[in-house]
Amino acid sequence: MDSTRVIYKRPFSLGILFLILILLATMPFYVQPYLVILLSSIFMYVIITLSWTIFSGPTRYISLASAAFFGVGVYTSAILGQALPLPVVIVIGGLVSFILALFIGLLTLRLRGMYFIIFTFGISELIRHFLLWWEANFTGTVGRWVVIVDNTTVYYVMLVIFIMALLTAYLIRRSRFGLALRSIGEYEEAATHIGINATVVKTTAFAISAFFMGLAGAIMATRWTYIDPRIAFDPLFSFMPVLMAIFGGTGQLYGPIFGAAIFAYLEEILITKFPYYYMLLFGTILIIVIMFLPHGLVGLVQKWRKGGSRR
Amino acid sequence: MFITFLDVVIGGLIMGGIYALIAVGLSLQYGVGRVLNVSHGEFIMLGAFATWSLYTVFGISPLVSLIICGPGLFLIGFLIHRTLFQYLRGTSESIGAFADSSLLASFGLLFIIQNLALLIWKADIRGLSYLNVPVSILGAIFEANRLIALLFAVGISLAFYIFLTRTRLGKAIRAAAEDPATAQVMGVNIRRVLAICFGLGALMAGFAGPLISMIYEMQPTMGLEYTIIAIIVVVLGGLGSITGSLIGGFILGLIGSVVTNFDPGLSLVAYYVIFILLLLVRPTGLLGKS
Amino acid sequence: MRILEGKKVTKHFGGLAALHYVDFDIKQGEVVGLIGPNGAGKTTLFNLISGSLPTTAGEIRYKGKKITGLKPHQICKMGVARTFQSAQLFAGLTVFENALAASLFGKKRSISVPDAEREAMELLEFVELSPVSTILAKDLPVANQKRLEVARALATKPELLLFDEVMAGLNPTEVAQAMELITKIRNTGITLFLIEHVMRAIMNICDRIIVLHHGEKIAEGTPQEIATSRKVVEVYLGE
Repeated sequence: MDSTRVIYKRPFSLGILFLILILLATMPFYVQPYLVILLSSIFMYVIITLSWTIFSGPTRYISLASAAFFGVGVYTSAILGQALPLPVVIVIGGLVSFILALFIGLLTLRLRGMYFIIFTFGISELIRHFLLWWEANFTGTVGRWVVIVDNTTVYYVMLVIFIMALLTAYLIRRSRFGLALRSIGEYEEAATHIGINATVVKTTAFAISAFFMGLAGAIMATRWTYIDPRIAFDPLFSFMPVLMAIFGGTGQLYGPIFGAAIFAYLEEILITKFPYYYMLLFGTILIIVIMFLPHGLVGLVQKWRKGGSRR
Repeated sequence: MFITFLDVVIGGLIMGGIYALIAVGLSLQYGVGRVLNVSHGEFIMLGAFATWSLYTVFGISPLVSLIICGPGLFLIGFLIHRTLFQYLRGTSESIGAFADSSLLASFGLLFIIQNLALLIWKADIRGLSYLNVPVSILGAIFEANRLIALLFAVGISLAFYIFLTRTRLGKAIRAAAEDPATAQVMGVNIRRVLAICFGLGALMAGFAGPLISMIYEMQPTMGLEYTIIAIIVVVLGGLGSITGSLIGGFILGLIGSVVTNFDPGLSLVAYYVIFILLLLVRPTGLLGKS
Repeated sequence: MRILEGKKVTKHFGGLAALHYVDFDIKQGEVVGLIGPNGAGKTTLFNLISGSLPTTAGEIRYKGKKITGLKPHQICKMGVARTFQSAQLFAGLTVFENALAASLFGKKRSISVPDAEREAMELLEFVELSPVSTILAKDLPVANQKRLEVARALATKPELLLFDEVMAGLNPTEVAQAMELITKIRNTGITLFLIEHVMRAIMNICDRIIVLHHGEKIAEGTPQEIATSRKVVEVYLGE
């Protein structure tokens, strides 16, 4: 029934995707600098949300650790940015996040899902407290200055990370690894009984998603000039990807991307216009979305499609 | 030397009492209502700030605020559960889906409440100076407010413990917490019990807030840390065991007091280390079911 | 050859002994039934064998190798598969994807995706589900859900198959079809261990029957012996 549509869509949507990518790649040349900065911010949210969806989408384990992984990337940049070339710093930021995720995963993913959520909830706070204490007692510097990088470079790095994350998410979805993840999300006990090593599969996906968040954090740090643990580990970054992914809908890849893009743009506007109210607004939107739009935009689109072609 | 020891013990018991209260509150909301209420800390913060306002504007003592904030927050919690969470419960496709959506909804509450608090009270650190008079016991000098806070924290915890273990309603709540399905079969009006339990969780927050305001400083952003601590205590005591949360609260409070004595910035780190050890060795906690 | 043996298998939940010193052994190629009143510990025993739960005491060996203490995915790869009392299907995946997942991951040696896809389709045909392969598992009627569970278990290429009340909730026609399917499976050489309440089926298919009551083995023998055993009749009538 839908199969003819899919086959017809494939070359069509690939073509559009390609056009969009070319558009994005050439943007800095003909667009105002302000928009380049805005787009970098939007990319940041899209990458974090997309990465979050790589793990939390299929497995249904809600990770609240995004702030920790993004923050680790930011802080790595702050520590190493003066000493090492930018590409190396970015990769190290990603790797440290990766290793942190492995640790968290092996610790909590062998237990029931609730322990995982609980543990990830406080982890960014924990790291923040720990770093504050460490910096105060051992290195003497709370707060570091970051090497400044020009906006165009930041933009292109973010674009590259976005493409990498998108490609990874796409390949995972279509691979046996993705099927294993979805099986775990559907019924974990049954999944283990057909031979899936759930702990290893989950931890790997979790670490992959952390890697991209760390990469993004490491480059975005250069926009903030001054970093201290409080700035690097903002709990908002744990909350945002969840909201954006739910708003967009986690069933399809385009859901988190559009959800994040729309929300990031909204946030830029709202923060400038209503700096004192935006948390209130986001909280309200989240509750409304959960109550009335549980499958997000993707759910809306699918309902609309089903309405068109009778079942 | 002895005085420092006593100070640490008293500080630990105060913190312990407060931790016990907030952990029991969270445990009621999670154990019975199956809602992991990450906005729990915000309720505590509301209790603390309401107390501050009542004191600075109307001169109402924090001890009196206990009676105002407790039931007040109970009502708010009850209503929120009756409307938001029961709606989600009704429209969720499965228990797992409800757990997820209620978690996210409570996230939304966290942000709404915190933003409201920031709007009303601004981001400054505030403190109450109430009964800061020195009192002499056994030759050692303590502040009256700390002693009173200790009395109330331990007192309310004990009272609640007795309520849970000796009264009929208390036993019904514990039964519903440990086995909601059976409780429902046995005629317990599960929807009302759920809303009451959620409200009771808020009640605990409403008690903890004023007590905290008496001794510690407060900021509208303080909620998150208390939520995390409550969660760690609940895991320490054992998911599903309310008495475990009581005991766990005091244990963690004492540990926290000892750590704070050496280095104030490390207490949350110490709690998380305990958390990690728990997850490695005995995830079911002290009194949890194996 | 003994494909499965259990020695003094014991499981405690808190203070409650769900299984106590249960011994059993199953020879390759047999069809063995496991019966007993509700709460006798039958599913618990399956949970111990498949690795869902750890034993409190005792040992279980599969083809001579100790499997107590191993994780479910390891035991599955060794050749033990099971179905569950309430179908644990991947509800949001299609029938085909359910079988495919098992094909891909259930065996010791890694298999290519095209091979796994072919195998999955063959298995769906074996259980007569190929017409509905693109339907979501949650949209299947109960009888077909059970078939899918069977197909999924078979896809892991097991030598020992544990069926937990595979006929529960089926009408008489469906029960007859299930019995045919079980015989088909038996004829491929797979050893079967069945928990069942449908007496007609047990008595007809099984070579041997083990009876549990309150966590203990109270009888063992051919269907004939069990049917005429006074002990067993008492236990069932007493319920």
